[in-house]
Amino acid sequence: MADATLPPDESKLLERLRRGEDAAYEELVRTHAGRMLSVAKRMLRNEDDAADAVQEAFLSAFRAIDRFEGGSRIGTWLHRIVVNAALMKLRTRRRKPEEPLDPLLPRFLDDGHMERPAQAWARPADDALASEETRRLVLDRIAELPETYRTILLLRDVEGLDTEETATALGITSGAVKTRLHRARLALRELLDPHLREEGGE
Amino acid sequence: MTRDALTCKQFVDFLMRYLDGELPQGERTTFETHLDDCPPCKVYLDTYRETVELGRGCGRDDDPVPADVPDALVRAILAARRS
Repeated sequence: MADATLPPDESKLLERLRRGEDAAYEELVRTHAGRMLSVAKRMLRNEDDAADAVQEAFLSAFRAIDRFEGGSRIGTWLHRIVVNAALMKLRTRRRKPEEPLDPLLPRFLDDGHMERPAQAWARPADDALASEETRRLVLDRIAELPETYRTILLLRDVEGLDTEETATALGITSGAVKTRLHRARLALRELLDPHLREEGGE
Repeated sequence: MTRDALTCKQFVDFLMRYLDGELPQGERTTFETHLDDCPPCKVYLDTYRETVELGRGCGRDDDPVPADVPDALVRAILAARRS
C-alpha cells in the first residue's frame, strides 16, 4: 500500500513492519517508547502503570499495523494509541469518590465581583515554559485536580486532542468536554496563582 | 443582557467561549466592554490564557527529553509481539 503522505523514512519503516521484520519493530519501539512513556506517566503518575500502558499500546499498534493508513505521522498515531491505553488503565483503577471541584474555583461576592481581584503573574508563559521546574510545578498542580477534570485538561491542553477526539475517548458530549475543560482551567489557574503571582509566594 | 450588565462572575463564565471565538456579536461586545472597564478581569483573562499555555507547554511536542526507557521494557514489548 502506498503511503504518500508519510515522509520517505517512515514509509519505508512501515513497509518493513508489514513484512514482519524484527529489526523494524525494534526500531519502532526504540524510537517512540520514550515519548509514549512520558505521556503515560503524565496521565497515570505511576511508573509501573505507565510501563504497562506503553506495552499495551505497542501491542495494539502491532495488531493494527496493517490498518494504519498513513494519514498522520507514525508518532502521532502512536500518541493517540498510548493516550487510549492510559485511559483504559485509569478506568480500571479502583475509583475513589471524586473530590468536589468547587473549593478550587474562584470565589465571587454576592454582587458578582471577585472576592480577591486577580493579580498579574510574574513570568510570561513563554519564558516559564523553558524551565523544567515550571513544567513540574504545572504537572503537580494538574495532579491535584479531581480526576474527571484532570483527565479532560490533560487530554485537551497537554496532549492536544481536540474537543471531538476528547469527547469520543471519554464517551461524553462535546458540550460536556467544553464545560469541564473551562472549569478545570479555572481551578488550575487558582492552584498556580500563589506560585506565579508577581509578589511571589504566599 | 444590557451593555453594562456583565458582572465579573459572568465575565469568567464566558471566558473560554470568548477566547474560542464562540460568542455571538452582541455578547462579544458586552464582554469586551467589561474587559475595557475592569482591570482585574483583564488580568484574570491574561492569567487564564497563561494557564492554558503552561498546560500546552507540558505536552509532547515540548518534551525536552523523552522519558528514559528501561531496556527491560523494550525487550518485554518485543518478546510479547513474538509470543
